[in-house]
Amino acid sequence: MPRKSRKANRRHPLATVVLIAIGLAFTGGGYALFSSTTTATAETTVSQSTIDEGEKLFAANCATCHGMSLEGTPDGPSLIGVGAAAVNFQVGTGRMPMAMQGPQAMQKPTQFTDEQIAALAAYVASISPGPAIPDESLLQADGDAANGAELFRINCAMCHNVHGAGGALTEGKFAPELTGVLPTHIYEAMLTGPQNMPVFNDDNLSPEDKRDIITYLKYLEANPSPGGNELGSLGPVAEGLFVWIFGLGAVIGLMVWLTAKSN
Amino acid sequence: MAHDEVSGHDATASDSSAVEASRGTSTGTAVIASDVANPGEPPHRERITDLDPKEAKKAQRSIYTLFYLSIAGSIFALAAYMAFPIEDGDISAIRLNTMFIGIGCALALFGIGLAAVHWGKALMYDKEGIDERHPVRGTDETRARAVEIFHEADQESGFGRRTLIRNSLIGAIIAFPLPGLVLFRGLAPQDQDPVELLSHTMWEKGARLTLDPSGIPVKASDVTIGSAFHIIPEGLNDRHDWLEQKAKAAVLLMRLNPDDLNITPGRESWSYDGIVAYSKICTHVGCPVALYEQQTHHLLCPCHQSTFDVVNECEVIFGPAKRPLPQLPITVDDEGYLVAQSDFHEPVGPSFWERQ
Repeated sequence: MPRKSRKANRRHPLATVVLIAIGLAFTGGGYALFSSTTTATAETTVSQSTIDEGEKLFAANCATCHGMSLEGTPDGPSLIGVGAAAVNFQVGTGRMPMAMQGPQAMQKPTQFTDEQIAALAAYVASISPGPAIPDESLLQADGDAANGAELFRINCAMCHNVHGAGGALTEGKFAPELTGVLPTHIYEAMLTGPQNMPVFNDDNLSPEDKRDIITYLKYLEANPSPGGNELGSLGPVAEGLFVWIFGLGAVIGLMVWLTAKSN
Repeated sequence: MAHDEVSGHDATASDSSAVEASRGTSTGTAVIASDVANPGEPPHRERITDLDPKEAKKAQRSIYTLFYLSIAGSIFALAAYMAFPIEDGDISAIRLNTMFIGIGCALALFGIGLAAVHWGKALMYDKEGIDERHPVRGTDETRARAVEIFHEADQESGFGRRTLIRNSLIGAIIAFPLPGLVLFRGLAPQDQDPVELLSHTMWEKGARLTLDPSGIPVKASDVTIGSAFHIIPEGLNDRHDWLEQKAKAAVLLMRLNPDDLNITPGRESWSYDGIVAYSKICTHVGCPVALYEQQTHHLLCPCHQSTFDVVNECEVIFGPAKRPLPQLPITVDDEGYLVAQSDFHEPVGPSFWERQ
């Protein structure tokens, strides 16, 4: 009893916890401050080392097809002038490096970390100017969804389906589904026209228009269809198949029941 | 009525004897039919509800339960209408509203239908009965009387005698539908020639190419290689008939490497530095062709997969379309904006009867 009270006088039971918390807060805060100052300087001065890092990655992973100085080879197009946006899209969605030549490069798990992709993009952009990675402010999906929907119907829906569900093109190529695609990648695809997709530069669709299109696509993802189950949003094929199989199936089943004798 | 039934029985008897006679005399068939006796009706089979009162009770229970279920469905639909209103402009509210009202109504109607059929099948009287087929032909007296009535009517009305009146009546009846047929002309534009309308679009010399839907004019320098611009003519949005005009004048503008284009003689000036403009209206049945692949330079029509090769002036390389997409001759004006040199040199869209 006396020992306990004496201890309580000396130190509160929770003091250790509080001390540890304060210590952690200081270390973490200090580290955050330190690292944010280093990234702030990285924007301006560390770019050369990033570019060097990108060059090494490029030589090891991309140069076989695109050439040591981005000039292109019979196996791959020149990358001069494609810009950081194209690199971020192609590598960031896993389309590059390609697993094999085919009708079109397929989406797959990315092979590089975000830092490595940024380094590659910085390297390609350093060789010749091109479209840059879009500003975060345009990617918040906070624009005018109605305007985005109209622009999407005019410029995108013929290939990507009015609901962004994707669709077939010629000779094994296809326009991919747009649900779940990062806003950055949607923006970069419009800006750079990857593979067979046409380019929609800022004179065609202004940055605000692109923001509105992203807003529309994200609105579709966030809001359920008022008409019930969308059946993949594939339109008359999926809906017709459903009605033919289940609707007519039910009608036939009922007919059999109607005309059968009761036992 | 009574007379009918009597004759019915007579006829049935004579019919069956006729059938028997034909069987006996038929030489075309190898079957010796006379040996086969009429098997008659199969014996009546009792239902389980007829045999077992417990089963009958059960069937009765399920029938009235279904009717009650139907009532519950109707009430549910009413309650759903009030519980899930579409008032706040929220689209997902429509979904719940229609779904629950639909479930209620479906239950209500389906319950009535199922119960009625189940009642008929399980509990209602089900002994087989035979209704003999009545002969169609009337008796000789009836037929003679009918002819007599017609004759009398003709005599009394003078229909056959007063031929002038009769023929003028026939003429009036024939003439009556004619205005209706002519009124169909009102569905077409009154003051314009439909052939002329199909043959020309809004495009004219000097009309700027503007963006769909904003109507912002496009400069040649805006169109980078690989781009696809969806184009409408300048001033389209101000017209009261803009939809009709857009349906004919919609254009897809693309820029290719000028070296890639194979241009036939006479069309050299129709494009500008690799920028080409083609009608978006498919020459097959008029769907908008806009699935442009910028590497292969294929233009695909989504309706029937007609594929046009932009490099070779949109010639058809696959699918049911028969003619290439019409090209819009373009150039640039003093300020660098893309303008049309003229209208299309041929009618856009699918073929029509009077197309030259």
